Amino acid sequence: MSGRFPRVDALPKACGAERFAADQYPEGCLWAGAFRPGAAHARVLAVHTAEALALPGVLKVLTAADVPGANLQGIVHKDQPVLCGDVVRHAGDPVALVLAESREALERALGLLRADLEPLPAVFDPREAMRPGAPRVHAGREGGNVLMAAEIRKGDAARALAACPVVVRGTFETPRQAPAFLETECGVARRLPDGVLDMTVSTQSPFRDRFEVAQALGLDPLSVRVRAPYLGGGFGGKDGSTVQCLLALAALHADGRPVRMAWSREESFSAGYKRHPSILRCELGADRDGTLRALRCRMVLDTGAYAHLGGEVLELGMEHMAGPYRVPHILVRGFCVYTNNPVSGAMRGFGVAQATFCAERMMDRLAAKLGLDPLELRLKNVLGPGEENACGVRLTGSTEARACLTALRDHPFWASRREWAAQAPARTRRGVAVALAHNAMGYGGGLPDMAAAKVELTEEGRFRIYCAVSDMGQGNVGGHAAMAAQALNQPREELDIVLPDTERCHPSGSSAAGRTTYTFGNALLKACAAMADKVRARAALFLLCDDPSSLVLESGRVIWPDACKSVSLALMARFLPRDDRISVAEFAMPVAREVSGASRGFVLGFPHLLFAYSAHLARVELDELTGRVRVADYFAATDGGGVVLPQGFEQQIQGGAAQGLGLALMEDCASRDGRLLTPDLSTYLVPTALDLPEIGSLAVPSHESSGPGGLKGVGEVAMDAPLPAVASAVEQAAGIRLDAAPLTPERVLAALRRARKNT
Amino acid sequence: MTIRFTLNGRPVALDTDPGRRAVDILREDLGALSVKEGCGTGECGACSVLLDGELKLSCLLLAAQLEGREVVTCEGLGDQDAPHALQVAFAEHGAVQCGFCTPGMVLAAESLLRENPDPDREDVRRGLSGNLCRCTGYVKIVDAVQAAARERRGGRRKK
Ligand code: FES
Ligand code: FES
Repeated sequence: MSGRFPRVDALPKACGAERFAADQYPEGCLWAGAFRPGAAHARVLAVHTAEALALPGVLKVLTAADVPGANLQGIVHKDQPVLCGDVVRHAGDPVALVLAESREALERALGLLRADLEPLPAVFDPREAMRPGAPRVHAGREGGNVLMAAEIRKGDAARALAACPVVVRGTFETPRQAPAFLETECGVARRLPDGVLDMTVSTQSPFRDRFEVAQALGLDPLSVRVRAPYLGGGFGGKDGSTVQCLLALAALHADGRPVRMAWSREESFSAGYKRHPSILRCELGADRDGTLRALRCRMVLDTGAYAHLGGEVLELGMEHMAGPYRVPHILVRGFCVYTNNPVSGAMRGFGVAQATFCAERMMDRLAAKLGLDPLELRLKNVLGPGEENACGVRLTGSTEARACLTALRDHPFWASRREWAAQAPARTRRGVAVALAHNAMGYGGGLPDMAAAKVELTEEGRFRIYCAVSDMGQGNVGGHAAMAAQALNQPREELDIVLPDTERCHPSGSSAAGRTTYTFGNALLKACAAMADKVRARAALFLLCDDPSSLVLESGRVIWPDACKSVSLALMARFLPRDDRISVAEFAMPVAREVSGASRGFVLGFPHLLFAYSAHLARVELDELTGRVRVADYFAATDGGGVVLPQGFEQQIQGGAAQGLGLALMEDCASRDGRLLTPDLSTYLVPTALDLPEIGSLAVPSHESSGPGGLKGVGEVAMDAPLPAVASAVEQAAGIRLDAAPLTPERVLAALRRARKNT
Repeated sequence: MTIRFTLNGRPVALDTDPGRRAVDILREDLGALSVKEGCGTGECGACSVLLDGELKLSCLLLAAQLEGREVVTCEGLGDQDAPHALQVAFAEHGAVQCGFCTPGMVLAAESLLRENPDPDREDVRRGLSGNLCRCTGYVKIVDAVQAAARERRGGRRKK
C-alpha cells in the first residue's frame, strides 16, 4: 500500500499537533506525585504528612489508609500495593501520594515528606534469593522468593548429552534494560459527577487497566473509563499499571477536579518496569557432523520486588531456549525470583532476547569446536514448516527461518567477510557474524488472545473505525486504517479514526506480544466485510435492485453499474438507525492444540503456535586501545509474514534492531543494594544517531494464511538477535568471549588483556 | 515579573516567576505542546526550540532567558495545512514512529540544514546526535533530513 503518507499519524506528529497523554492539562487540574522514600526493604513505621500538608497549594497527602479496595495491583499475580502501608520492597516503592495545585507546590511537598522506616534484611541477587535462608521479599509467601519454577522436558537430555561426541557449555548474563521511551509514564484522571472515573493514560492496555484500577480500588469496572491516545513509546513498559492506580486514587480524592500525573525521568527509571536481568547456564550436545542432539539449560530471572509479568516472561524465555532449531532431547529449568531490586516486567523481546543470547552463542561455540561454518551449522539444524519445535508444537504457520538464513548467506557482507576483516585499520580488529532468532506471537495457550473491532457508517456517510488496541508508535493505527480503507474501498483520508476508549470501542487485548495488528487486523477485516455487505444490502433497497451482489461500494457511494444508478452513503446514512450502521466482529488468535506433556509449572501463555523469524548480520569494528565496539553495518532478513505496509515493517525492524544494539553495546540499568546506579539519561545510555549503523532490512517472501494480508507480528523479533550477533562478531574480531552484556569498553578491554596474558 | 518575547512570530507578554523553566512556560502557559519533555536534564533533545535561530534545550532555559528573544517551536515551522518541508519529509520517509521525539528532531534538523545545506549521512547523524529517538534507529530520520535538504537545494526528490 502506498500513498504520500503511509501512516495517518505521521504528519500530525511531524507538525507537533498530535496530543499525547503528556499533553493533557485540563482546566483547573491538580498535580499528583508519589513520595518514594528510597529504601530497598523496610518496615514503614510512620509517614509524616503534616509539614507537607501545611504548605500553601497542597490539598491532600494520601497514604495506604486512604486506599479503598484491595490496594493490590498486578496483571497475573496481585502483589504490588498502590501505596505501601506496612513495608516497602524496593527503592521505587511509594508510601504517599500528594495532590497539589501546581507543579511547584507538588515538588515542595514531596521534598518535605518523611517516613520512619525500620530497615529489613534485603536480597539483591536472584541466586541468593533462592537459597532457603534468604530474606523473604514477601513474608509468609508459600514458595519463598521463587515466584515461579517451571520445566520443559522432552526426551532424556541427560542421557543424550552423555552420549554426544561434542558438548559445549556456557554461562551468560544479560542486564536490566530500561524501555526508556521518550514520553514517561503519565496521564490525567477525573471523577465525573455521575461517578465515572474518566482517565486518559499513556497505556498499552486500556481494557485491562479498567479492571486493574477497579480491582485495586474496589470500584465497579464499568465506572472506569480509560482512553489511550497515541503513546510516546511503550516497548512493553506501559503494559500494566504504572500511573493508573495512583491517578485513579488521586481522582477519587479530588472532589471532581481533574488530576495530572507525569513521572519524571528519574521516577520512570526507579519505579517503571524494565527488562529482567537474567543468568543462563547451558550445555548443548551434537554429533560430529553438527546435528543437534541435546540441550540442557537453566534460566534464572530477577523479577525484582513484584511479580508483574515475571512468570510469563520466564515461560516465553524458556520456550525459546532451544532457538529455532531441531533438538530431540531437551531439559530447560527456569526460575523467576523475587529480590529487593527495581521491578522487572514486559519489554520487547519478553524473555526471548535473553534466551536468544544464550542459544545463539552456543551455536557459535559448537561451530567453532567442530570447525564448521556458523551459518551452515544453523542451516543444518533450522526448523522448517511442518516440523515439531523444541516444545512439541508442530509448526503449521509460515516458517521461513531457512529463507532468512539463506538471504544472509547471499549477502555481500557475508561473502566478503574475510576480505573486510583483513582490511581493518591499524589498532582495529574487525569481525562479521550472524545470529538467528524466533519470537512467538500472541499470548500463547491458556489466555484468550482476542480483539473485537467496530466499524460505523456515520450520519455524514463516512466510515469510522474504532481502534481498540493502543498505538505506542509501532503504527498499527496506520496499518489498520490502510486495511479498512482497502476493505471498504474508500480513500484513507475519508476514514474517521477513534483511538482506544473503553467506552466507545469494544474490548480487545493489549498492544503487546507482536499480536496487535494480527489479532485486531483480523477482527477489523471481518467487521469491514460485514459492513460492506450490509451497506450493499441496504443500498439495494434504495436502488430497487434485487441483487445486492451486483452493487459496488465506492468512495462515498454505492453504485449499480448495470443500471447506471448510484446512492450516496450520506443519503443512506440519514435513513438508517445507528445500530443498523454499526458492524462488530471479533477474532481470537489460534493456539497450539497438540500440547505435549513436556512442560511442568507453566500457568499461562504456553505454548505458542505462530512465530516470526529473523536472521541478522553484523559487521563490527573493535578499537584495541579503547575497547570500544562500533557496529559498522547491520542487516536483518525477517519472516514477518506478508507485508501490508512496507515502511511500517522496516520501521519495526530498524527500531527493534536499534534497541537490541543498545542492549549489546551500552544499556545497563545497573543497581547496587537495590539502588539504581544509572538513575537518569546521563548515566543510563541509550544509542544516539552516532552510535548506530545503517540498518538494512529485507522481508523474505512469506505468507501466514491466518493473518490479515498474510502478516504476522514483527514488533519483537528484531530485538533478539543483535546482542548475540554483535558478541559473535567481537569474538570473530579479537578471539575474545564476552558472555555478559552489554559489551562495554571496560569489559572488552579486560577480555583483551586476559587474552594477551594467556598467549 | 513580566517577560516579553516572540513565540512563533507572535509577541507574548507573560507575568510569571522568572525562575520557571522555559519548557513549562511554553507548554503550560502558552500551549506550545509540540515542545516535549523527555528528561528535564538536557539529555534527550525532546524540548528543543530555536532561540534567535539557535537550537536550545528549553528544559535548561529559565523564563528570564527568553526576554526579548525570538522563540520558534515545531508549530512555528508549519502546520498540517502548510507543513514545512522537513515535516513533510519526516512523515513521508517513515521518520515518525511514536512521534514524541519528532518535533525536537525536526528543529534540530532545521538548525543543521541552515548551517550545512548539503550534509552527508554522517553529518546528519552528528547534527542530530543531541536528540534521542527510541523508536526508529535513526535510519529513516537521516533519510528524511537528506531528502528535505535535496528539496531545499532545489534538487528533484529521489524516488
Ligand atoms: S527534556 Fe530537555 S533535553 Fe530532555
Ligand atoms: S519516534 Fe519515538 S522516540 Fe522517536
